[in-house]
Amino acid sequence: MKSDVSAPPNGLRVMTIATIVLTAIGFVLAMFVARTDVDQGDVQRLFYFHMPSFFGAFVAFIATVVGGVNYLRTRQNRWDTLALAGVEVGLVLAFINLLTGSVWARPIWNTWWTWDARLTSAAIMCLTYAAYLMLRSGIENPEKRRVFASVYGIVSITTAVLTLVIIRIVPNTIHPAVIGPSPQNAEGAFEFSQNVALALGPNFIIWGFLIPITLMWWRIRLQNRADVVQLRKIEALAEG
Amino acid sequence: MTTPLWRTVFSIIRKDLRAELRSRELVSTMVLFALLSVLVFSFALELDRTARQEVVNGILWVTLVFASILGLNRSLATERELGGMDAMMISPIPRMAIYLGKMVGNFLFVLVVGLVLLPIMTILYNMVLIQIPLIATLILGVFGLASIGTLLAAMTAQTRSRETLLPIAMLPVIIPLLLVVIAAASTVLKGDDAWNWIAVLGLVDAIYAALGLLLFEYVIED
Repeated sequence: MKSDVSAPPNGLRVMTIATIVLTAIGFVLAMFVARTDVDQGDVQRLFYFHMPSFFGAFVAFIATVVGGVNYLRTRQNRWDTLALAGVEVGLVLAFINLLTGSVWARPIWNTWWTWDARLTSAAIMCLTYAAYLMLRSGIENPEKRRVFASVYGIVSITTAVLTLVIIRIVPNTIHPAVIGPSPQNAEGAFEFSQNVALALGPNFIIWGFLIPITLMWWRIRLQNRADVVQLRKIEALAEG
Repeated sequence: MTTPLWRTVFSIIRKDLRAELRSRELVSTMVLFALLSVLVFSFALELDRTARQEVVNGILWVTLVFASILGLNRSLATERELGGMDAMMISPIPRMAIYLGKMVGNFLFVLVVGLVLLPIMTILYNMVLIQIPLIATLILGVFGLASIGTLLAAMTAQTRSRETLLPIAMLPVIIPLLLVVIAAASTVLKGDDAWNWIAVLGLVDAIYAALGLLLFEYVIED
C-alpha cells in the first residue's frame, strides 16, 4: 500500500481525464445529436443517463461483493476499502437513476413517483446500501466492522439483482424494458432505433463503467490517505 | 475431534426448545405482539369486507416480520449475554452447526406464531386461511425469514445499537422474499394455482440459506 503523499498515479490521471471528456461527449450525443422522440419529446433524452447510471450502480455493487468475498478470504484491508467505495459510488449512481426516472415520469406517467414494483425495489436497494453504511458506523472494532460489512455487502446484492429482474417476474409493472419486449402494461416505452442506440451505447459505457470505476479509484485513494493520516497520528501520539 | 454436524444441530435445537418450554419468554412475547398488531391493523385500516380480502396477507406478513425481528433479537442477544455463544464457540463443533441450530430454533418459534395467527385471522377476518398452499407458503416464508434473520441478528447483536439495528439491516434485505410470499398468498386467496410461486419461494429460501451457511462462520468469530 502506498504511504507517501504524492500526486495521483498516471493510470488514475488518464482515467479521470478520459471520463471527463467522454462524459461531455456523451452528454452532447444524448442532448443534441440523438433526434427528439416523436411521442415523448425532449424528456426522453433523460433515458440516456437513467438506464446507464443504474448499470453503473450495479457495477459498483458487484465491486462490493468482490471486495467482500476477497476480504473474508484474505483479510487484506484494501478489499474492504474496495467494498466501501463500491457502496458509496453505487449509492450516488442509484440516486441519479431514481432522480432522472422521477423527472421523466412526471410528464410521461403524470406523477413523480408511483409504487410500481420496479420503482419500489430500486428504492429498497438504496435503503439496503444506506443500511450498510449505518451498520459500518455502528461497530467500533475495526476488524469486526470490516467482516460484518463484507457479509452485509454480499447479502445486499440480492436487492440489486431483484431490481434488475423484477420487471420480468412481476406481471403488472408499468416500467418499460429496454432489452426484449416490454411488459404488457408498460407505459412510455419507445422503439429501440439506431438513433437511440447511437446515444445509448457510448453513455452506457461511460456511466456504466468509466464513471463508477474512476470514482471508486479516487475513493479508494482517499481511504488509503485517511488510513495513513490515522497511522501517523498514532505514531505521533506514541512519540509525544 | 469434532462432534458430528447433525448431532450438534439437534442438541442446540433441543437446548433452545427446552429453554423456551421452561421460560416461555420468546414465543409468548411474539404471539402477544402478533395479536396486538393484528388488532391495531384492523382498527387503523377500518377494514370492511372487500378491503379485508386485499390486505389480509399484508397484515399477516408485516406482523410476522416484526414478530420475527423481536424473537431474533432476543434469541441471539440472550445467547451472548448468558455466555451460550462463547460456550458454543469453544466447544469442538462445526460453526455451521451453530447456525443451523439457532436457525431451526428461530424458524420453529416464528412458525408457531404463524400457526397461531392463521386460525385467529380466519375467525376475525371471516376468510378461510387454513389451506394447504397457504400453510406451505407460511412454512417456506418463515424459513426464509429465519435463515437470513439468524445471520443478520448474529451480527447486530454484537453492535453498539443492537436492537435498533436489526430491523434496519433486515427489512430491506427480506423484500425479495416478502414480494414472492405475498404474490403466492394472494394467488391462493384468489383461488388460483400458486405452486409456481411457491417453487420460486423455495428458490429464494435456498439462496438465503446458502448465504447464511457460507457467511455465518465469519460473523461469530472473535
